[in-house]
Amino acid sequence: MKWTRRDLLKGLGGLPILGAVWWAGAATSVGSRKKRTEILEQLNIVPSLPPAVPGIGGEPVKVGVIGFGIRGEQLCRALGFATNEWKEEMRLAQLEDPNIKALEDFDKQEKLNVKLVGICDVFDVRAEKFINSFSTDDFKPKRYTTYKDMIQSGDVDAVVIATPDHWHAPMSMEALNNNVHVYVEKPMTHTVGETYLLREAAKNSKAVIAVGHQHRQTLSFSTARDIVEKGTLGHVSLIQTNTNRNDDNGAWNYDIHEKASPETIDWDQFLGSAPKVPFNKNHFFRWRKWWAYGSGLSGDLLTHDYDRLNCVLNMGVPSSVSASGGIYTHNDGRNVPDVIQVNMEFPNFSTGSSQVEGKEKGMTFCYSATLGNGFNRPTILMGHDATMELGNNLTVWPDGASTRYADMLENEKMRPNVPIYQYNPAANVPDAISSATSQYFADKGLMWTYIDGVRVDSTFLHMREWLSVIKNGGQVSCGIKEGFEEAISAHMAGLSWKLGRKIEWDPETEMLKPIEGVDFDQVLLANENWDQLPPPVEEVS
Amino acid sequence: MDQNQNKLKASVTLLRILIGWHFLFEGIVKLYNPEWTSFGYLATAQGPFDWFFTALIGDSTIGLVDTMNIIALMVVGITFTLGIFERLGAIVGMGLLALYFFAHPPFPGLTQMNVEGSYWLVNKNLIELVACWVIFQLPTGRYFGLDYLRKNKLAKIQEQ
Repeated sequence: MKWTRRDLLKGLGGLPILGAVWWAGAATSVGSRKKRTEILEQLNIVPSLPPAVPGIGGEPVKVGVIGFGIRGEQLCRALGFATNEWKEEMRLAQLEDPNIKALEDFDKQEKLNVKLVGICDVFDVRAEKFINSFSTDDFKPKRYTTYKDMIQSGDVDAVVIATPDHWHAPMSMEALNNNVHVYVEKPMTHTVGETYLLREAAKNSKAVIAVGHQHRQTLSFSTARDIVEKGTLGHVSLIQTNTNRNDDNGAWNYDIHEKASPETIDWDQFLGSAPKVPFNKNHFFRWRKWWAYGSGLSGDLLTHDYDRLNCVLNMGVPSSVSASGGIYTHNDGRNVPDVIQVNMEFPNFSTGSSQVEGKEKGMTFCYSATLGNGFNRPTILMGHDATMELGNNLTVWPDGASTRYADMLENEKMRPNVPIYQYNPAANVPDAISSATSQYFADKGLMWTYIDGVRVDSTFLHMREWLSVIKNGGQVSCGIKEGFEEAISAHMAGLSWKLGRKIEWDPETEMLKPIEGVDFDQVLLANENWDQLPPPVEEVS
Repeated sequence: MDQNQNKLKASVTLLRILIGWHFLFEGIVKLYNPEWTSFGYLATAQGPFDWFFTALIGDSTIGLVDTMNIIALMVVGITFTLGIFERLGAIVGMGLLALYFFAHPPFPGLTQMNVEGSYWLVNKNLIELVACWVIFQLPTGRYFGLDYLRKNKLAKIQEQ
């Protein structure tokens, strides 16, 4: 039997094809992995794991809740207490859409060592809902008529404050003065003056104050800090951060409860220091729309973005702030703007430089918000060497003209439009459509995903940290220093919008640079005519 | 007639090798990339059978699914390029392509994710599936492939 060349060709012709394709596939895979490894080794970014906190041991922390509206209920759920109404609503929601797993997530949440002992809410319906939901066979939470009664009762170790902004500081100070621990929602204060007073009270108190910026617990933010500290981005000269909302809820037009009336709401207590106006349901449920109780986009939403970046960069209070905008999308009687642009200047700030010394210094933080469009504009940090998108996911792209990555760009080991780093802590959570989709895109092309995350509510982490510090000592991640910087920056933005001029900060004296004839706090609180200077005081001879 | 037969054999052989090439490359690229997973592809499955595909992404199943996918891709790739057991390869290929087709079907009303063209009911997965059927009907390994040796040579050796 003789094998001809023809036999070999026809019989074994497929072998070289198989070999070639195998080699090409292996080379492609191994080559691109080597490239990634090389980049990752150079970047040396360490994705952060959930912060471990010492346990909350001993007797349960006795917590009193002041304000049980939308946010108050959310905070109670983070503490492990959900109302019967919410549980039922979520059960029905899941029946309709199995992807809604809020109830399941809530049940799975670690139980914190706390006891909800009291409620203070000026609306009867809310206080009753609290008591009905959180009473057990042998314990019934107590309703207090005023926050002072609750704080001075000696029955609460800690309070959670989720009231309108104008009550944040007075309640926090009362608690701190009585050595009762405080978790207060943002913005920490409603006026510039209160911010100093509260800082003083915190300094003199044995109690722990935490400000409700739960973003600080988000894993991607601690990873972002690592990225910036390692100089991955080079000198960041511009930060762009945004609020984009286009619905009634987002514009603070919350539902008005059918049982709301002067009989069920303690209107005088709601008003507090605010101008005395007749009972007004709109003001009560939608207080975020008026300066007398809230602080609009600058206090409500800018504060989140500011603190997120302050957590990553630790840039502190800006040297100056200028803002513009107006009431352009919801002309419904509100007096806070619904479109605002805030430019914060940090002329001496730097995230480090890869270029000649002294060439780069200074940064602008640009916040842009509208309540009339929901298009997602992400938060972007723009550095000379790279750009970072910061959210629940992190993505870093090299800049085409980067100094640091010049060699890698030239050797085509990096490309400007291809991310060099991606971090998605929620990558293996299959039940949320959005994260599954982002995982899908992360699977394609040169993206990296660290699949380590279990979905945890960041508010839960934030409150757990606060409770742990109460029991074991230590530092909360958003305490009085961070709250002070957040509040002052937000007030500067509000003032700038109201006055239509630049507001400056003197870091030496830690004071706003005065403007002649302007009382900043009066301007901040005013519901109208804030732009009119007070009549000149006649000289008395 | 003979000439036509030869042209048909040659063209089907070419089709077989190209499909094999495609499958083999897909399989090898995944084999050499330990980070690869079908998780995203399955998690975003759409259409009437999405429940089936999303059921595969559990912690206990996804590893097996990934391995099976690589093995199946390589079975098609190797049988088609080498020209041996190609009918088995064709069946595996059709099964795999049917799964791909129904995971992200080009049905009206569904959002087409990461596709490079416009499709209505028919997409490239379906066309490749039918091409595998052609391979099944017209095996060409005996004309070009290891089957040529197996049938022509080994048989003759045994006869001798």
